[in-house]
Amino acid sequence: MSETANLTARLTALANPTRFLALAGNLVPWIGGASALVLAVGLGMAFAAPEDYQQGITVRIMYIHVPFAWLAMFCYAVMAASALGTLVWRHPLADVSLKAAAPIGAVFTALALVTGSIWGKPMWGTWWVWDARLTSVLVLFLMYLGVIALTRALDDQSRAARAAAILTLVGFINIPIIKFSVDWWNTLHQPASVFRLDGPTIHPSFLWPLLISAAGFTLLFLTLHLMAMRAEIWRRRVSAMRRMSARAAEGKLAEGQAS
Amino acid sequence: MTHLAYVVAAYAISALAIGGLAVWILLDQRAQKQALKELEERGVRRRSARTEAAR
Repeated sequence: MSETANLTARLTALANPTRFLALAGNLVPWIGGASALVLAVGLGMAFAAPEDYQQGITVRIMYIHVPFAWLAMFCYAVMAASALGTLVWRHPLADVSLKAAAPIGAVFTALALVTGSIWGKPMWGTWWVWDARLTSVLVLFLMYLGVIALTRALDDQSRAARAAAILTLVGFINIPIIKFSVDWWNTLHQPASVFRLDGPTIHPSFLWPLLISAAGFTLLFLTLHLMAMRAEIWRRRVSAMRRMSARAAEGKLAEGQAS
Repeated sequence: MTHLAYVVAAYAISALAIGGLAVWILLDQRAQKQALKELEERGVRRRSARTEAAR
């Protein structure tokens, strides 16, 4: 078998929810454990790192604020990929993935906004400004709320899936706007200091704890996403079984009336 | 002037929110598993489960 055919066969096998449930069930304890370990190391290093000469102790907020902001965008990218999976390949798990990811992304986005605000009060002298970065992340949070509402608004699952997928893809335009808002507009929020073409401008003593914390939070996101996907698959089974049993009961009632 | 309170507040709110999210997902898993068990005990089977059993 060629390698492409092999990969396709493996992805098709994963499309079977029963197989996915078993695989995810085996993976969750391992990724969850790895996440706890990496977070302990990353945040331990963050508190051992020196204080910033200007920001003082408040620089410690960066080690959670920046990973939350990255994950807010990463989670939306996962949802956009899932939306393509629903619209193009009609993958049965794509909508499960999108619906399960939305509340997790909303929590990380809210935390990015809240931790940024708590840092802003002592450092900028204000909780909030309507600059392009803060406003575009607030729009991302509202997009998450819209997707959450839409995935739960329609009883017809396949229609809800298509509508949520289209909304998610339209909203994806906001992701590059968030990333480049600090370059395109004059913002109070600082420009990128890690992912830049000319390399990070942040000192290694701050960079390493930040990168390790970000890796730990990413593993945590993957753990929560797999757990939420398992719950969603079970929820769909429950509603399918309830429908079947209601239909069977109706059939019996009709038979009883006819005889 | 120390800004320790801001750092503590940021970490505490984050821990609460993420902990709450994890508990919510775990309770949801438990509720769905319980509902599945009850349906199976009432003899309701999924279509695919019936075909698997027939094989």
